[in-house]
Amino acid sequence: MSDFAKLKNELKDKLSKAQNSKEVDVIRTEIFGKNGLINSEFKKLGKLSADEKKRQASEINIAKQDLTKIFNDKIGEFSNTEIDERVKKEKVDVTLPEKDFRIGKIHPISQVIDEISSIFSEIGFSVEEGPDIETEYYNFTALNTPENHPARDMHDTFYLEENMKTLLRTHTSPVQVRTMLKGKPPFKIIAPGRTYRSDSDQTHTPMFHQLEGLHIDKNITMGHLKGCLNYFIKEFFEVDKIKMRFRPSHFPFTEPSAEVDIGYKIENDKIIIGEGDKWLEILGCGMVHPNVLKNSKVDPNKYQGFAFGIGIDRLAMLKYGINDLRSFFECDYRWLNYYGFDPLDVPTNYRGLSK
Amino acid sequence: MRFTKDWLKDHLKTNKTEAQIIEKLNSTGLEVEKVEPVKNELSEFIIAKIVRAEKHPNADRLKLCYVDIGQKELTKVVCGGPNAKDNLLTVYAPPGSIIPKNKMKLEVTKIRGEKSYGMLCSESELNLSDESEGIIELNQSFKKKIGMNYFKNNSGNVIELSVTPNRPDCLGIRGIARDLSASGFGKLIENKNIKIKKIGKQPIKINLEKNKNQACTIFGSCLIRNIQNKESPEWLKKRILSLGLRPISAVVDITNYVMFDLNRPLHAYDSDKIKKGITVRNSKKGESFKALDNKEYKLDDGMCVISDDEGVLGLGGIIGGTRSGTELNTKNILLESAYFDPIITRKTAKKLQLNSDAKFRFERGIDPNSISAGLEKAAEMIIKICGGTVTKFDFQNKKKILPKILSFDPDLASKIIGIQIKINEIIKILENLGFNIENKRKILKVKIPSWRPDIHGQIDLIEEIIRIKGFDKIQSVEPEKKRLKPTLDFFQRHFHLAQRSVASKGYLETITWSFTDEKINKNFRENIKEIKIVNPISSDLNVLRSSLYPNLIYFLKKNIDRGFNDQSLFEIGPTFIGSKPGQQITVICGVRKENNLNVFGIKKDIVQTLVEMGINKNEISIDTKTPSYYHPGKSGSITTKKDKQLLGYFGEIHPKIIDVTYGFEIFLENLVKYKNHNKKNKQTLIFSDYQKSDRDFAFVVKKDFKAQDLIDIISDIDNSLIKNVKIFDVYEGENIPSDKKSIALKVTIQSDFKTLNEKDLNEISQKIISNVEEKASAKLRS
Repeated sequence: MSDFAKLKNELKDKLSKAQNSKEVDVIRTEIFGKNGLINSEFKKLGKLSADEKKRQASEINIAKQDLTKIFNDKIGEFSNTEIDERVKKEKVDVTLPEKDFRIGKIHPISQVIDEISSIFSEIGFSVEEGPDIETEYYNFTALNTPENHPARDMHDTFYLEENMKTLLRTHTSPVQVRTMLKGKPPFKIIAPGRTYRSDSDQTHTPMFHQLEGLHIDKNITMGHLKGCLNYFIKEFFEVDKIKMRFRPSHFPFTEPSAEVDIGYKIENDKIIIGEGDKWLEILGCGMVHPNVLKNSKVDPNKYQGFAFGIGIDRLAMLKYGINDLRSFFECDYRWLNYYGFDPLDVPTNYRGLSK
Repeated sequence: MRFTKDWLKDHLKTNKTEAQIIEKLNSTGLEVEKVEPVKNELSEFIIAKIVRAEKHPNADRLKLCYVDIGQKELTKVVCGGPNAKDNLLTVYAPPGSIIPKNKMKLEVTKIRGEKSYGMLCSESELNLSDESEGIIELNQSFKKKIGMNYFKNNSGNVIELSVTPNRPDCLGIRGIARDLSASGFGKLIENKNIKIKKIGKQPIKINLEKNKNQACTIFGSCLIRNIQNKESPEWLKKRILSLGLRPISAVVDITNYVMFDLNRPLHAYDSDKIKKGITVRNSKKGESFKALDNKEYKLDDGMCVISDDEGVLGLGGIIGGTRSGTELNTKNILLESAYFDPIITRKTAKKLQLNSDAKFRFERGIDPNSISAGLEKAAEMIIKICGGTVTKFDFQNKKKILPKILSFDPDLASKIIGIQIKINEIIKILENLGFNIENKRKILKVKIPSWRPDIHGQIDLIEEIIRIKGFDKIQSVEPEKKRLKPTLDFFQRHFHLAQRSVASKGYLETITWSFTDEKINKNFRENIKEIKIVNPISSDLNVLRSSLYPNLIYFLKKNIDRGFNDQSLFEIGPTFIGSKPGQQITVICGVRKENNLNVFGIKKDIVQTLVEMGINKNEISIDTKTPSYYHPGKSGSITTKKDKQLLGYFGEIHPKIIDVTYGFEIFLENLVKYKNHNKKNKQTLIFSDYQKSDRDFAFVVKKDFKAQDLIDIISDIDNSLIKNVKIFDVYEGENIPSDKKSIALKVTIQSDFKTLNEKDLNEISQKIISNVEEKASAKLRS
């Protein structure tokens, strides 16, 4: 046996007897290090004849492969046992609490506005907005409610000037006029927003939210109005059928005007929408009054259509079982956490409105 | 507007039930608000039980009774009845009720130092018998009825309507009957031809003055002599009570009765108290009078007054005065039935803040043709009840009443409503409502009844038609699923994104009032104009908010008081920079209170939100200039490098305002404006696979030197090679001069074209050192 073979066997033997990765590491240098067995044997090749060289080189390579395999096996074996040992010692009590995380919430009114927008998006409405501060003209006069009209009494208005020329809008209807004035028919919009009336009790807050709807084209009739609201209410409450009642009413800016009630019943203290023999008023609507169209530079002989106004807060209360209107604005930490929505829970018409 | 079915039947022949009538009223636009039993003078007396009768501490003959009246708590009543004792069932009269025997109104009083809430009644006090010795003793069968009415109520229900402002005609029961009749609910009973004997001319001269904006255009009157005013008969009292009014005397009750019956306000003067003739004229500034509500009113110019030689008697169409008021001993009355202009009447009442049933009607528009009918009906009733003789009616006219006539294209009804309605049906509906159709061809000539001041145009007629035909006849048209425009515009998309982006960082969204307390707001107003609300709901909500902080901090504190110390709240909404429409901006504002939070925590929240909204970190720069409500040393502003748009502020709220709390504000319009001007197209991604190297440096700079500037200096040297600069340590203290600090940073160097060798790396490192040393007056720390 050549010296090389002997050495190789010795190392092979040593390697297989190694007890831990440290020992293997030492042997590794003896074999594969700069001056280890393999390298020093290769260095010797230069002195040999071509034939010898070839034979010897092949032998070294075989030995190298051989040793490498044993070495890798050994390493694998040790690292596994060592990991096993370490893992054994590393046990923790995973029932201890996770790291703190905070989940933010979207206010139910914002969520409901998104739901409404998603529903109306499906039938081609786009979202418009108007200013919170309005002039008396846009809030009343342009909406066919001239000064000294008793209908103004129905709105307890907050004024910003003694002469009552600027005010906080009492409804979202001024957006109708503003939208029509800046564009050309057809119009198909919804306008959600803050509205204000100086009224504060169990069921009224000085600020609340309304949604205005407006659809003007050449031949939009009360049939379209009915169809649109029926579609909306069904989608919003996520029910297959809905009981709805149109009652004639009066708003200066629509004619004919109607108030819409939906049927409901109370079961186990919970309100069930769409069935039952009780009626709940949820919105006002009608055909846009020709005077409003005129004031908005739309020819009432060519165009007609409907408008509606819905109390958003009321809808949110009904859908999500919130009893107290005032609680929406009290920012109670517990309330916000309980009634708020996960920010990732975005209402869409392909996923659906609610989780 | 209240009425009973019983009263309705004076005008409508119908066999419909109350429930059917209510449903019909709702479906024709006369919304039923409430249905309740008729109240009468006796409905306040309640069956009660004395739980405990104790001796009055200061009076031998009185007792202190603790009475169960069917409510949670016992009521204390001082009682003189010798038979008052524990467990006695009896009749209780609450404060406010009127004792039938002596017509005294009960009040809460102290009797010998003890408060008494109401009274326990004897039979004689209730006019049941002459027995006045002790209080009523009820047998044990009444035990189950404690808290209920003692007197049975058979008077039926009162139906209360909420009448919309366009329908003054339905402020009278006859108008309601007319609507029901037009809807097929029976026949309207013709007004009886009243024949009362009228003797002589009305002797009091009525002068309708020619004034500018004279509100009174017709003044009808008659004199009724030798009456005997008295308490109204029971049937009349009952009806007055059903209206929710208090019976006063026959004359007053009758004028009220006619007002609610025919929607025809009247006024009765004691004619013996009128000094000479009557003049209807505009008031002069400074005139005053005492009205029937017992208040003194000072008048302005141009208010319509009824006056005599001595001065103002009453405000036309609004309220009469005490000086000429009728009393039980009144002998001769002047009855007025007039027409007052809606707008002028409303203006006057508004200025004086005066409300009355008459004003409510005149401002909505009264039938000018009802003047005579009103006089007839009232005079007839007065003579019947009080006796006396009537003069002929006197009418003073300033204006002739001409009927309004409209041309109406019946096809328009179908076009608006969306269903075909035959012309015959249209004509029938309108005629039943009292409209007169003169020409029944293609275009109808429609004469408007004088009681319908709300009908101005064709659209009003269409409303009448569908209202009576029924909204349930309209066929629903399925909405078309076609979109002409994107649902949300660019700004709204960012609003939506910002809202959810901030919430996803653990903030709870709040919605707070757009107004706030000026005292808190002034801390956040800076130099924005204060916008006061003229008529605030309360003095602590009296200005429009200049910032979202006032309300957020207020509620944050409230939650701390509730025991929640760690919280993050935010709001997205308007703040106001002026008092004109549109002078508002949209702000996203977050407040965060948490242990171990520092300014970099809040900075992370705002910067990450901006990045999520599409602003790259390298597009913004941070500055230390912030509004005064931030801690001056621990706050910053964020501005875009290009366009210099202010995107927001962040930092610790000034400790004078709140203890260690952090907040940020993002100005949404600015952000969207910036993004609009700097639209980015996503370019094809190219990344380098050549080796990258990190080099660490530490520079000693002046203490107030901004880290941001150091990053900018290095980044600007060669952005084809310098891919990232990251600060990992800032050190002050030992080995560093006291006015200096050391900033340690890691620079990532990578080429897109080759693997950099030692020489390349050294070259760029040298460049970094020399640039920083030169531009930042820094020294490389060795």
